Amino acid sequence: MSGATVADRNFVIGGRAFGSRLIVGTGKYRSNAEMVAAIRASGAEMVTVAVRRVDLDRGAEEGVLHHLDPAEFFLLPNTAGCYTVADALRYARLGRAAGLSEWVKLEVIGDERTLLPDTAATIEAARQLVGEGFSVMAYTSDDLIAALRLEDAGCVAVMPLASPIGSGLGVVNPYYIREIKRRLSVPVIVDAGVGTASDACVTMEQGVDGVLLNTAIASAADPVAMAQAMRLAVQAGRYAYLAGRMKAREIAVPSSPRAGMLDGV
Amino acid sequence: MVTTESGRDTPAGAEANTREVTVVLNGEERAVAQGLSVAGLLAEFGVEPAMVVVEHNRRILSRDRLDATPVRKADVLEVVHFVGGG
Repeated sequence: MSGATVADRNFVIGGRAFGSRLIVGTGKYRSNAEMVAAIRASGAEMVTVAVRRVDLDRGAEEGVLHHLDPAEFFLLPNTAGCYTVADALRYARLGRAAGLSEWVKLEVIGDERTLLPDTAATIEAARQLVGEGFSVMAYTSDDLIAALRLEDAGCVAVMPLASPIGSGLGVVNPYYIREIKRRLSVPVIVDAGVGTASDACVTMEQGVDGVLLNTAIASAADPVAMAQAMRLAVQAGRYAYLAGRMKAREIAVPSSPRAGMLDGV
Repeated sequence: MVTTESGRDTPAGAEANTREVTVVLNGEERAVAQGLSVAGLLAEFGVEPAMVVVEHNRRILSRDRLDATPVRKADVLEVVHFVGGG
């Protein structure tokens, strides 16, 4: 049996190597047990979490730290739900004060219906947080200029969306994603919009460094099975990208030789 | 009857000897025992300090200062933790 694997670079963000190019969220699971099982099945090492008030009348048992061991997963606090620079900074600082790391997934949302990012505010918040010593992974639109500005601001990774958060619409603009990847030096991770395994595979085939997703796994009928599918799809898409696909053409070309065929009856 | 700091009359009984102060805790006004430290306040709610971050009057309170920081009247406290998110 061949144990051959495709030669790939390490997946390194901000000087830190990760074994999986799939990053997953922890939201919207039906139970904590299901969340933990799905995350393990996904093979992800980096896992995002949100910062919210403790429900003091119910106790703090709902907290993710009661269920996910920071020694097993690299927990990445996000600033989800923030619509202003000030709020994003506040949530980022609260997340850092938990004492896990200096890392933050920065989100500054600009519109409630689409949850599309406010890229100007995101760039400003990124500059401030980098100045405060944060390692910033910035969620952004599929806009090349915003992505370039976020790289200039010192982000350790730039994370354009495939399509709106939780939409499951897949990559709506593969060309923009490819162009962002071509033009940036820091890792490009596609964050949001992946709906199923083929979306994750197509995303990785664009040549990006990783994929971040949450709802596609958490809202699947069987999240653990979908998590495994995503793990395989990210790997398949990455390998296909490294392999270099054949040229597509709108005409058939036979796979079997014309030569050596028998005389017709 | 005793008069609490807020001037309300409270009936003598279980709470009569406990003077309380009103604070805003996670967005809600709550009467808590006077003289508590922030660490003491967390204990009242059964919250493990290692699992949360406390913001005290808009300033993040590091864990090593929870014991030494008193809860005062009209303080605004936020107690947050990590929850599921994407």
